[in-house]
Parts: sequence; structure tokens; C-alpha cells
Amino acid sequence: MATTNDRLLIGTRKGLIEAHRSNGSWTLKDPALPGQPIPYAMRDARNGSIWASIDHGHWGVKLSRSKGDDGTYEEIEAPKYPESAEKAAKYYWILAPGGVDTPDQFWVGTEPGALFGTNDDGATWDFNQPLWDLCVEHEWMGGGRDGAGIHSICVDPRDGNHVYVGISCAGVLETKDGGTTWAYINKGQRMDYAPDDQQDAEYGHDPHCVVMSPANPDVLWQQNHCGVYRSTNGQTWDELSQKPYVYFGFPIATHPDKPDTAWIVPMDSAEERTTVDGRLLVMRTDDGGATWNEQSDGLPERAWDFPYRHALDVAPDGETLAFGTTSGNLYVTHDGGASWEALSNSLPLIYSVRFA
Amino acid sequence: MARVRFTPHLRRFFDLPDAHTVEAQTVADLVARLDEEWPGLGFYITDETGRLRQHVAVWVDGKRVKDRDALQDEVREGSEVHILQALSGG
Repeated sequence: MATTNDRLLIGTRKGLIEAHRSNGSWTLKDPALPGQPIPYAMRDARNGSIWASIDHGHWGVKLSRSKGDDGTYEEIEAPKYPESAEKAAKYYWILAPGGVDTPDQFWVGTEPGALFGTNDDGATWDFNQPLWDLCVEHEWMGGGRDGAGIHSICVDPRDGNHVYVGISCAGVLETKDGGTTWAYINKGQRMDYAPDDQQDAEYGHDPHCVVMSPANPDVLWQQNHCGVYRSTNGQTWDELSQKPYVYFGFPIATHPDKPDTAWIVPMDSAEERTTVDGRLLVMRTDDGGATWNEQSDGLPERAWDFPYRHALDVAPDGETLAFGTTSGNLYVTHDGGASWEALSNSLPLIYSVRFA
Repeated sequence: MARVRFTPHLRRFFDLPDAHTVEAQTVADLVARLDEEWPGLGFYITDETGRLRQHVAVWVDGKRVKDRDALQDEVREGSEVHILQALSGG
């Protein structure tokens, strides 16, 4: 059931599209859940289930799941806010399997600022009250959306009760007890949108995407609204920014076997939200972020579209990567980013790309 | 009994007839009865707080419902109810 190097799940504005590689060439399938916006789709390597979040314009947000590889999806019970929260789910941002030691556990991060967990394969959902209490008490705000959003969930492969979440805007929080207690892990980050004396505050930060090194789960990488960061102890952050190409952006990916290797896709700034100088390229580091190399071979020389936070992924082989953009361009590399090819220039807007 | 008509959009997700008759005194009642008949349908029409979803329109006897929070608009014997999507997408 392991995640493969040869299958992609692409969440688009008009359905869930799969790409398959066979004999070195990729083929795109017609969409499952056609016409439906899919903010995120992923495959749970523990059991092969494919989970998809759906954002119906009219009918609200839903969850759908396929138990096999036959392309059929069934709507399942969606996480709902309790009456006491006086809120309704606006967006299911991120779907994440629990640890290998918690095989029936699955997490969903939502807007506004909540985390839901299931221990029965999605039959029932638990609203994480302790985290929600922090959201209310500290008045987490939205980043680009009305409400705060939990968009990153990193589960420690050594201990399923050890989980980090990334929240726009609150920052990164850690639990060591499966979600009973939470602590902010924001030291070292700086928020340039806050008053000078508040830029290193305990919370309020805007991580755009947080990933954990599978090879060394103490290493976290973060593409933030205000730079690129890395933690080597799971507690404090070191800024790695090198403007203009290592600063603003949305996704970040780290090598499955090399904790010092990561990729980002640079954007100009929070104000412009385009590529830097019209150049679509990938930046790669192999030394923990000290130096970065441009990777643009095969990418268009002039382009202004960019990948959203979940639209870049690296395969288990560490050599195959893919990213999809706001204009429906889907790019892959088979050599760690040294060269890229376009699998399509005419997909719908792409929200997420995940190897499956 | 009130007669309910559904937008074809909803028929993508539920096996709905063109029209369906329901015994209900309020729109909230009516949605609850429909959800019993087609489990999950209510969550397409309202969110978990019970509010009518922002881009859903319910009409009773030619008028859009006023109480979008608690859906207490009256439904009468013989009422014609339409459940539609608002044309918010253009």
C-alpha cells in the first residue's frame, strides 16, 4: 500500500484528476468527482483509501472517499463543529493519516481554525476542543481567507501522539499527547505585518506550509508568509530567507531520505503574488538552507502562475517531483528538479498535488 | 402537505424526484423531514448551525424565506416550496 512514484492525485477546481506513469510516460485520466472543486486529495498509504475534500460553492464542504482503485467515491460523514462553537465548517484544508502506531486515526484541519480527529475510520469525528479554545482565546485571524485555517498536519512517524499543526494565522503548534495539550512552536519566526514590537510574538504567525522530514522527524521545514524557515529540533526556527528567490511562496517539500534537502517555488511578494520577475522556477537546497540552486530547465521562461500550498510534492524516490499551478499547468521532474516537463498546460486551476 | 421541488443541481448528489410532498409547519420542519427521507440532504441545504447556506435559496409560495438563521418561515397546507441554488456564480 506504500505511496508510489508513479501515481498522482491532482485536486482541481473541476474534479479530482489522476496521473499515472507507465514505461516512463505519464497519462492523465478524466476527473473523478467531475465539476466539483477539490481543495485536497490524498491516499492513505496504511490502507489504500483515497480521501478528498470537496468545496461545493452552494452546498457546503464535504468529504468523499474511495476505498479502492476503481475511481468510485462515496460521501462520508463530514466533521461538524459542535453547537458550542457557534461556527460552521467553511473549508476542509488538509487531510492527514495518523501514525503507523495509531492506524485507525485520521485528522482533518479546517477553517475556521479547528482540528477534527477520527479513531473509527471516519464514522465519527472528535472536535479538538483544547486547540479550539486557543483559537477563541487568542483570536486567531485568517490569512487570505475569512477565518484561521489549519492547513498543515505533521504526524511523527515515531509516535502518532506527537503532532504539529500549521495555522494561518497562529503559527505552528505541537502536541505530544494526541491533542490533549498544545504549545506554540513559533520562536525564531518574525511577522513583518505586525507592529515592530510584536513581530516575534508567541502567536499570530503565518506559516503557509509546514512539512516534516520523514528521515529525521525533528527537522521541520516551513514556507512562511515572511520567509523560509527550518527547525532542526522541532522547537525553534532558523530563518533561511535570501531575497528575492527564497522568501515568499506557498508550498515546500523535503526529501524523504535527506533532511537537508528541500524545494520551494519562489513568488514575488505578498503584494504581487506572482512569480519573481515573471520567472517560474524551483529553488533547491541540499545543505539545510544555507545555499539554494535555481531549477528552471524545462519550465517556461515567462510565467506568472504559481502553485498553491499543497500543490508541490516529492515522491518516495526523492527524484520525482510534481507541482501544479493556478493556471492549470502541471509539471514533473524525474531528476530531483534538474529538468522539468509539462504534463499538461490546460488543466483546471490546481489546488493540490500528491503522490499516491 | 407541502409540495417541494428541487434544483437539478441537488439531483447530482441525491436520488430526488421532480417533486415531493412533505408534512411541515415551518421550513426548518420541512428540511428535517427531507433529511429523514434522504439522509445528508439537510446538510446540503443548511450548515451545522442550522442556518441556510449562503448560496442556497428556498422559496415558499413565490417568496424567498426571510428567516435564514432558524428557518421559521411558515409552510402551509398546499404550499409550493422550491429549493434552489442562488445564482451567485454568475
